[in-house]
This record gives sequence, structure tokens and C-alpha cells, in this order.
Amino acid sequence: MPFQPIKFYQTGTFTVGNRLLNPEQRSVQSHRDRSNAINSGHRACQGCGEALGARYALDAAMEASNSQLIAANATGCLEVFTTPYPETSWQLPWMHSLFGNAAAVATGIAAALKVKGRNEVRVVAQGGDGGTTDIGFGCLSGMFERNDDVLYICYDNEAYMNTGVQRSSATPPAARTATTMPVGAHPGNPFGQGKFVPAIAMAHEIPYVATATVADLRDLEAKVKRAMEFRGARYIHILVPCPLGWGTASDDTILIARLAHETGLFPVFEAEHGVQVSALTIRKQRPVEEYLKPQKRYAHLFGAKPKPDVIARIQQRADRNIRKYGLLQKEVA
Amino acid sequence: MLKQIEGSRAVAEAVALCRPEVICAYPISPQTHIVEALGEMVKSGDLTPCEFINVESEFAAMSVAIGASATGARSYTATASQGLLFMVEAVYNASGLGLPIVMTVANRAIGAPINIWNDHSDSLSQRDSGWMQLFAETNQEALDLHIQAFRLAEELSLPVMVCMDGFILTHAYERVDMPTQQQVDAFLPPYEPRQVLDPREPVSIGAMVGPEAFMEVRYLAHDKQMQALERIPQLAAEFKQVFGRDTGGLTHTYRAEDAVTMVVAMGSVLGTIKDTIDEMRDEGHKIGVLGITSYRPFPLAQVRAALQNAKRVVVLEKSLAVGIGGILSTDVRMALSGIQLHGYTVVAGLGGRAITRKSLHRLFREAEQDKLQPLTFLDLDSDVVNKQLARERNVRRSGPAAENMLRDIGTVASKIA
Repeated sequence: MPFQPIKFYQTGTFTVGNRLLNPEQRSVQSHRDRSNAINSGHRACQGCGEALGARYALDAAMEASNSQLIAANATGCLEVFTTPYPETSWQLPWMHSLFGNAAAVATGIAAALKVKGRNEVRVVAQGGDGGTTDIGFGCLSGMFERNDDVLYICYDNEAYMNTGVQRSSATPPAARTATTMPVGAHPGNPFGQGKFVPAIAMAHEIPYVATATVADLRDLEAKVKRAMEFRGARYIHILVPCPLGWGTASDDTILIARLAHETGLFPVFEAEHGVQVSALTIRKQRPVEEYLKPQKRYAHLFGAKPKPDVIARIQQRADRNIRKYGLLQKEVA
Repeated sequence: MLKQIEGSRAVAEAVALCRPEVICAYPISPQTHIVEALGEMVKSGDLTPCEFINVESEFAAMSVAIGASATGARSYTATASQGLLFMVEAVYNASGLGLPIVMTVANRAIGAPINIWNDHSDSLSQRDSGWMQLFAETNQEALDLHIQAFRLAEELSLPVMVCMDGFILTHAYERVDMPTQQQVDAFLPPYEPRQVLDPREPVSIGAMVGPEAFMEVRYLAHDKQMQALERIPQLAAEFKQVFGRDTGGLTHTYRAEDAVTMVVAMGSVLGTIKDTIDEMRDEGHKIGVLGITSYRPFPLAQVRAALQNAKRVVVLEKSLAVGIGGILSTDVRMALSGIQLHGYTVVAGLGGRAITRKSLHRLFREAEQDKLQPLTFLDLDSDVVNKQLARERNVRRSGPAAENMLRDIGTVASKIA
């Protein structure tokens, strides 16, 4: 009689229980000896996606670098909530300089390490979407094109949350922010604007580009690990829901992140040297309403005066992502 | 070793002798030749170990220097004019974090109107940035001040700008005495940072500081610059012992003994002023000059001591504080508070306008007779200004002012009287 291994899945997901995996397959985050790169006691909001994403990413990077890691940080929520001095959450050498220069500061750190022969010490830079896609974009692109030995991680919560939820170039169409209010003929953020920096990073043909969400811990960790196997410029763009800015329940952060992926609105993929090499596929595409409805930033699309035309345009964006990045899992016969 | 070389080349060779570990370069005239030369030295292997990084902006140049300096590397960059303004946020950040970066500022005017020629508007705009600023009179001094600047910066953990007049010094071929590596090594020990990013001893740098400590952190920067007032003359003395040259220090006087009229200035124009004063002294005029090397920290006591016995002081400065007059002269007047004398602010040489001996002779003679206006613009073409003012009175859509005035002047290569 042939041996049939038993598979355990959580209902509706591919997530296998950690205890049932071989030790080497278990997540870094489940290790008792994880580095806790961002230690407890920080001042992030309840349910903060960025705190979660940064912790996952940096613990994985610490594991991959044997704790030989230095971080440069842009101004923003992550910087503010982790360093209410005399307390600091950072268990690794960490530096904040300015809003728009994290990538360049990281370049300087990497250059200093190289000149001192400290090749074992690795460098990460990190910032929110404002610090990455807007004000820090020049420095980021410069670091990319020089192929400096830096892993840049963007924690994308799709607006300037630290200053009170203003629109960034990563804010999606129709979303309400403090500077794209749900008023007038076209409420919320306009269509036809904004940029998707992972694609721009790919255009630099840097060794490694990946996207991830906080909903898929092991996928996120695997990408950080993979990124650390390369030398040169690397970029990971992590979708991190913001309960405050998005108007979601603080215990829905993982759910919302998963829906962003499963609707196709946020494509999760990897690219090497400018070419996509994988996608985190979706078993069954979810309609965008399921993602939009729980978020107050889209409340003007529903309710008394629903906007099915706007929702349809958002659905088109999701469908285009599905095609463009090959996000839908092929039916197994 | 005596060499006949361009000022930029001299500075590049001096910087290389200081064993910089990270150099960030972004092109802007007139500092470009300095980083070009350093880039070639790094690429050829003559300057090693050193990382030379071609960044995408001056903002990135200073930011890379910040990261490198915080990781314990001796860091250097150079800029001028618009480039200095473009990096301002990072300029303040470097000093606020106490990172001993050395930067050459090849002094150049700030636009608009765009102008590549020399004045002191750029570095003087950064007088409150927390950086020390040392002004070179000659290429030899520019070279020497860079060696002193690394020592001063690293001792105090504060960044230093070495300011040298764009083109007038950077592009002038002059004889310089280039020190040996042994001499520089004897004067400048390896960089031992006060703070360093290192996994062996993790620290957080750049946390938010609220009202509970911000005043104290800012005061500390001031206190360090006050310490620099002590250290700068000591370093100059030590420099003389090793290199045999009198360079640096806070201020220098020339023919100031018994001077009734004292001129105050910074940078290369001191040479022209000294020549003029020599000629006037020959004719019996009691006139001398005070050159200020250390603009930040500003040596109030030395300036006061040098000027207090004069009857009048003429501050000749290549900068303009629009709406009040002088920048340097404001500081000089503070040094002279409580002392009764005639004080004149002379704004000269803006945007590279030549400051000639002929103009200086006329100016100083008028000053001696106390016929100068308190605020004088040397060699200002009032006709051109009045014509434009009249145009603006008469026509609402009078058009772009600079272009109108250029048209009025016609085609002249430069305004040398």
C-alpha cells in the first residue's frame, strides 16, 4: 500500500500549521531565538501592519546575515514609534537621518563597510511609501542604478500616515485621504495617477525585486532570505495595511492584506535582473468589493450613493494585474 | 615639495593625503576639478582604500557622507552654490548628528539669475547650519586648511566646510608646497569615531528629541564651536611645527599696527586688498587689514582686539543680506559692540564682479574721508538699475528684470573698470 502523507491546511488557505513542518521549513518568526530586531514596547497603533512587516522582514534579514546587519531608516511612522528615547526598539545598529535619504545613507554605510573590509555586515534601508515612492525616490533610484549593496524595504500603507493620512504616489484610485477627500464629482484619489515602484525597480534591472504582504509570513520571509543571497541593490515592497488610515478594524490587518492579494489589487511576485521569475498565485480570485467594503477610505463607494462604475474600474485594475503578473493559479486537472 | 598646479588639483592631492575612506561626488562648477582628480586617484589605485561614489544629487552626496561617517569612515565631498543649497537639509543633519565630514565649498553665487562666478553667498547662507567654516586666502592655504579641517572636525565631532573662492582659487595655477604623506600622517591620526554603527555594539542614532533635551543638544553644538575657538589656533601652531608654515588660525592682520582705517575681508580678495594697502602705506596712509579665516566659529574677541584701536572699519564682503546689507559686517559690528567708530559695509564682487586695485584705492580714500555711505555697493552701475526701476514704474508688464538689464548693458564680456 503506497504511503500517503497527511496534509493539514487551515480552512480556506494554504497555510500549513507551523508545528507540522520540518524545523528547517518553519518561519523565522516562530523561532524562540529570533532576533526580535524590533522589540516590544514600541508605540505603533494597535494592528499596525508596518510594525508587523518590519518585524518579519528584519528578523528574517538578521537570521540570513547571522545578525550582522545595519539599518538606515527614513522619517515616518516606523522611525517615530520605535525610538521614543530613552527607549528604542531596535536590537541592531540603526540610524535615522532624513525623510528622503534612507537609500543614500545606506549607500554610505555600505561604502564604509566595504572600505573597512567588513563584508560580512549587510545593510538594509527602510521607509514608508512616502519616503520611498515620493520624497526618497531620487536617492532610491540612484542607489538602484549604482547597484549599491543595499536591501531597501518599502512598507507601503498607501498614504502619509505619520502626518495624518495624506495622499502619496502609492495611494490607490478612489481612496479617501486627508488631501483626496470623498467630495465633488470624482471623490477620493483620481484614477490615472500614481506609480508602482516595484515595476520601476525592475526597470533598473537590479538583481532582485519582490513584493509581499503581511498576510503571508513565510512568503515574506522567503523573499527576504532570497534577497540576502544577492549582493547589489535589492528591493522588497511590502503591503502593510494601516487601520488608522484605511479605516479598518485593528484585528483585520492580516485579512485585509490577504484580500489585497487575493483580489489581484496587490500583485505578489518576484523578479531577478528585471525579469519576473515567480508569482504568489491566487487559488480563486475574490471580487474587489470584498476588499474595499471593510475599509472606511472606500466608504463613499458604497452606502446611500453607491458607485458601481468606480468599483468596476477598480475591478479592471485587479483583472489587469492578474493577467500582467500571472497571478491566477492554473486549474489542476 | 613645490609644485605649480591648479588650486583644485592641490586640494585634491591634499585631501588624498588625508586618507579619506568615502568620497561622494556630484558635478557642479567650480568644484568639479577637485572630485575629478580624486576620482582618478581612486580608480587608478593611487588612493586606497577609498570608495568613490558618483551620486545622483548633492542631497545624496551629503546623505552618503552621513551614512559613511556614521559607520566610522573618514568622509569627504565638495560642492558649490546651488549644490550647497540643494543639500541643505542634509547639511544641517550632518552637523546635528555630530558627524565630522569635511566638505570643500568652491564659493559661487546663488541664482536666480544663474551665475557660475565667485562670491560668498553660498557658504554664508549656511552660517547657522552648525558647520565650521574656514576661508582660504590662497591655494596654499586652501590645501593646508583641508588637512587641519579633518583634524578639527574629528576632534570635535563637528563637520567643517573649507571655503575657497571659485575660479579665482580653484582654477588658478599657483606654486604650492605639497606636504609629504609622512607629514600629514604625523599631524592627522586615524579617525576614531565617537559614535559608530556596528553590529558588535548596536546603537540607535537619530532618534526624535523633544523639548526635554533639544535645547541642550543644540547648545552642545555651540559649546563645541566655542571649543573650536581654542583649538583652531592650537592646531595652526601644531601645523607650523610639522609643516613649517603659518596657515590657518582664526584671523590674520596685515599692516594693522597704528592703522586708523581697518579693512575686514575673507578669502582671496585679501591679496588685492593687501597690494592696495601696500601702495597706500607707501603714500603714508595709516591703513591695515584684518583677514578672517574662521567665519564659524566667529572669533569675536580676536576681531574686537584687532579693530578696537582703529577710527573706522570697512567690511568688504562678497555677500549681500537683501533687506539689510551685510552679512559679515553684522558679525563684525557685534564684535565691536560698545566701541564708537565709523563702520562701513561694502558689498563687492557679487557674481564674480572683479574687485580691482583701482576701485579699492578710490573706496579706501573715500572711507578715510568718511565720505562713504554706511552701505556701499562697490562699482554698482546705478544707471542700469535706475533705467530698470523707471521701466517698472512706467510699464506693468515690464518683463524679466535680469534680461532687461543685460540688454541695456549690451554685449560686454565682463565689467572690469
